[in-house]
Amino acid sequence: MAVSLVRSHSEKQAGYRELVLEAPTIAPLVRPGQFVHLRIPRLEHRLLRRPFSIFMADQDTLTILYKSVGTGTQLLTQVEQGEAVSLLGPLGNGFPEPNNDHIPLLIAGGYGVAPLYLLASRMARTGVLFVGGRTRTDILCDDEFEALGWDVQIATEDGSRGIQGLVTSALDAWAANNAGAEPAELFACGPDGMLRAVGERAITHNWKGWLSLDKHMGCGMGACLACVQRIRQPDGSIEWERVCKDGPIFEAREIVWEQENEDNHE
Amino acid sequence: MSDSDAMLDLAVNIGELRLKNPVMVASGTFGYGPEYADLVDLSKLGAMVVKGIRKIPWEGNEPPRMVEVPGGLVNAIGLQGPGAQGFVDKYIPFLKQYDVPVIVNIWGTTLEEYGEVAAILDAADGVHALEINISCPNVKEGGIAFGTNVDTAANVMQMVRKNTRLPVIPKLSPNVPNIGDFAKIAEQCGCDAISLINTLPAMVIDIETRRPVLTNTVGGLSGPAIHPVAVKLVWEAAAAVNIPVIAMGGIQNAQDAIEFILAGASAVAVGTANFVDPMTPLTVIDGIADYMRRHNVQRFSDLIGALDVH
Repeated sequence: MAVSLVRSHSEKQAGYRELVLEAPTIAPLVRPGQFVHLRIPRLEHRLLRRPFSIFMADQDTLTILYKSVGTGTQLLTQVEQGEAVSLLGPLGNGFPEPNNDHIPLLIAGGYGVAPLYLLASRMARTGVLFVGGRTRTDILCDDEFEALGWDVQIATEDGSRGIQGLVTSALDAWAANNAGAEPAELFACGPDGMLRAVGERAITHNWKGWLSLDKHMGCGMGACLACVQRIRQPDGSIEWERVCKDGPIFEAREIVWEQENEDNHE
Repeated sequence: MSDSDAMLDLAVNIGELRLKNPVMVASGTFGYGPEYADLVDLSKLGAMVVKGIRKIPWEGNEPPRMVEVPGGLVNAIGLQGPGAQGFVDKYIPFLKQYDVPVIVNIWGTTLEEYGEVAAILDAADGVHALEINISCPNVKEGGIAFGTNVDTAANVMQMVRKNTRLPVIPKLSPNVPNIGDFAKIAEQCGCDAISLINTLPAMVIDIETRRPVLTNTVGGLSGPAIHPVAVKLVWEAAAAVNIPVIAMGGIQNAQDAIEFILAGASAVAVGTANFVDPMTPLTVIDGIADYMRRHNVQRFSDLIGALDVH
């Protein structure tokens, strides 16, 4: 746990902001896919911290990339340079070590691109980023990935950038041309619906699919048991695991999605 | 450590259990020990109260299980847990590394199950007391179903008492017309202490979907919002009995804890605040020591019930 000072806080593009925090006790430990649990200043009468994926980390600072969507993130936009923020982290397990014999396919929904950028920046090889959003202003970090030498495939629901449709359409188009040519490994972060669809592709194409889940968290440290997810165990049994502590990354085949579970009970 | 610090005595007895200080962590808010052990030295706690355990492993409720409200949380975790033997095998070896009394919160869906859990934990080396959960609002059977009727509460207390030599601490529900009656029953059943309060039954509705936010529909409210309610109930319960009272409900800092102590509590437990700042129990211990210095109180026990009522 640390009190961090805000080094800078700026708009990245319409609706999205980048918060750089001085966190010399946390930042050097960060692995891609981990998160910090942040107490939002001025969020009065609300107790819980808010989890944020880590977008960048060096020896002294870590950066989060967020969208102002609710009361908490709206208040976060008011945080100023030099202000103190309470942080717990780095939390969660992060992505597994990528298999360098496989081409990495990163699939991002909106600001789900944040932990994938940290992952890509530390990878030994380049691959393909599939990034999707509702409209062109929801497409983030394509320049950063291109600067790393990545192939960037964009999809927007309204067709204002890249192909029109969901990010999985872009993935399907790529797979139709490339599947079988080279073994691939998939890493994804975004809303549940996207993750589930991405997980189905991973299974279909016989790729490993590492999905970063986002569940409402209480403590962020595995104590409160609020953010549980049903996970298939190696022996075939199904157990609750804690997204904050046992995740937030799970392999596509392990995750028992809600509807699937209801189907099993019927 | 100054001379005056050397003279400060924070120790307190709960039955035959001696605590080095009066600050515990409340059941369900500190896991089973490992969750916070990297951040908090468990040996510094007055006691570690682990999450509720029944005889068999239990799944708990479907998510969403928790929702934030002004001044608190409403939770319906539903007592997910590894079962009595699972707890003993998986967590006792870990907890034994620390110099901290381990209090296990127990529950069951039948009277017999309460007795069986008590017997299993009694036989386990490394358990120091049992807290009886007769007040959880989030399970369909067990919990509060036993705790809001004096006779069924007494049956559970006697059953647990019969099955263990460990100190027994029923955790009382705030959802009763007269808390003193339940405190007295605990004393008559040979319980060593009582703890209170459990969460207050509560409900949150999503007006857009017109559905309850929690899958369990209802849950239990905890956090600073319930603190004054808890202080009043602790004050009434402490007045009704001679056994020690362990107080919990919305403690965020030493001031909140000292209110409970002045109202008659011999010890306190930090709950929901652990989710926000796991260091809270330690800052509460330090704050109580500061208060004792400022008020020239050398022995913590002199503060218990030192309320000056108008």
